[in-house]
Amino acid sequence: MNEYISVLIMLFLAAATAAGMIVATSLIGPKIEFADKMEPFECGESQIVSSKRRFSVKFYLVALFFVIFDIEAVFVYPWAVLFKDLGWFGFVEMMIFIAILTIGLIYVWRRGALEWE
Amino acid sequence: MEQVMSSINLSAIAPELILVVCSLLILLIQSFAPIRLKGWYGYVSLIGVVGAVAVVLTQPQSFELRAIEYSFNGMWVVDNYCRFFKLIFLLGTGLTILISIKYLDNEAMQHGEYYALIIFATLGMMIMSSGAELITIFLGVELMSISLYVLAGYTRNRMISNEAALKYFLLGSFATCFLLYGIALIYGSTGTTSIPAIAKFIAGAGFGGPTIVMGMALLVIGFGFKTASVPFHMWAPDVYEGAPAPVTAFMSAGPKAAAFAAFARIFMEALPSLQTNWTMLIWVMAVLTMSVGNVIALVQENIKRMLAYSSIAHAGYVLVAFLSAGERGISSILYYMLAYTCMNIGAFAVITVLAGKGEQRVRIADFRGLGYRHPIAALAMTLFLFSLAGIPPTGGFMGKFYIFSAAIKEGFVGLAIIGVINSVVSVYYYLRVTVAMYMQAPDTAAEKEIPVTVFSPALVIAIFISAYGVLSLGLFPSTYLAMVKLSFLTLL
Repeated sequence: MNEYISVLIMLFLAAATAAGMIVATSLIGPKIEFADKMEPFECGESQIVSSKRRFSVKFYLVALFFVIFDIEAVFVYPWAVLFKDLGWFGFVEMMIFIAILTIGLIYVWRRGALEWE
Repeated sequence: MEQVMSSINLSAIAPELILVVCSLLILLIQSFAPIRLKGWYGYVSLIGVVGAVAVVLTQPQSFELRAIEYSFNGMWVVDNYCRFFKLIFLLGTGLTILISIKYLDNEAMQHGEYYALIIFATLGMMIMSSGAELITIFLGVELMSISLYVLAGYTRNRMISNEAALKYFLLGSFATCFLLYGIALIYGSTGTTSIPAIAKFIAGAGFGGPTIVMGMALLVIGFGFKTASVPFHMWAPDVYEGAPAPVTAFMSAGPKAAAFAAFARIFMEALPSLQTNWTMLIWVMAVLTMSVGNVIALVQENIKRMLAYSSIAHAGYVLVAFLSAGERGISSILYYMLAYTCMNIGAFAVITVLAGKGEQRVRIADFRGLGYRHPIAALAMTLFLFSLAGIPPTGGFMGKFYIFSAAIKEGFVGLAIIGVINSVVSVYYYLRVTVAMYMQAPDTAAEKEIPVTVFSPALVIAIFISAYGVLSLGLFPSTYLAMVKLSFLTLL
């Protein structure tokens, strides 16, 4: 049981922080109601727009790079956890993996895909 | 930990490693090298392909020993079956690169990405043929398909090419879902994705139950799409017509062979106990594929579209060999895929020469009088078309001969008769092109013009290698047969 105490404390603190924020904003935050704010999803975007609205393909490009490099980073986490057990073998393997990723990054960079203009 | 390290055997994936390094190198050259290195991408990728061929030939022992070697905890297998297929893929890739260099110069699209994608696709095919486990095979399928989706739309300023890429992507990713779902159901009912372990489980349990049969049926759909078999062929004509000619050549040969490689390995090695279930299914598919492909090809006016339907029909012949199973069936698949790669890429090489900038001349009418304007190109085209039709002394004839004799020996007499009737039907549309080349005069001034694309040394070499392959497979089949006989699936 003892080893779980710290986890429980952590759980309690997290819950208290979240609850505290909600309580604090509802107590001291300004309460001004207007039409946009009362919409089901308040996220800065209008919910009903023409389906023919165009927006730049660059958003997709950035989103794609983010997804790719983010997913690759996920592979690094288990390696970090087992770093000591895997030893030099794991280290070299991971460096090769990261080197291949870096080549991808260099390619993307040099081809100008990271420039917004 | 010890176990993981000991099962890593880099020599088993040496050809694949060479291709990885080669394609990354091309991407780096593309990123840094000055413009004058532009023409080099093709040659760098050729060096990679030749290196991979050399390693496949020596790996890990000679062809005479029918050895089988598992590595990476049973995820990877090296046997003569996959080595033979890898040689077919690399032959197709090498020929495609030779054709592409001049074509891309003409289209002013000489970029490193093209070659990198071709090599990534080849890598995917090699993983498909060597995967001893369903997820590894799936990984290969994805690597191959995604590269091909991009390549189909490579000439991005041509509307028809964009359409091809979009159609291929939407339908292809939908078909991949079937494949994945099939894998999931098989995993769900056997508890493993390893091919030998699945075979052992089904043999031990007697019969796997309805889930595994469902899984098998979904795999048939997935691979039926990848091999463009009827009724999963609808994408092929549009994609083959829209994609740049060298890419069409590439994807009509290698990826089809790769799909058959994985298809046969899974069905013969993992699911042989279900043979009674899939025989009927594939029998119907084979008949439909041969008949629909050949009949629709009869009325095509566009030569790329015609060859697309012809390629569907050829998948049907291979399905006949697939049904024969056993040693004869597998070895005739291997022989046929080799012959098919040579003759189909050869035919597309000639089309690439004649199509001109922007592929303006791809109607059969554009071939009128070619026998007098370009006697050598016309002669080569005639040879490839005769081979596709299955007229001796070409590789196409020997390939069909082995397929139909295997079918008869295994008791599929009706199927063999349907196949022979179909190949007679196909003679009409292949010879139509030959008739246009030698017996019809060009109508308009535009047709009389000499095409813009002239022969480059690389193109001539590609056509020569294909012609040599077609003729030697037809005239001296024993050398190849000896190799094929040693290459059938080792687990059978």
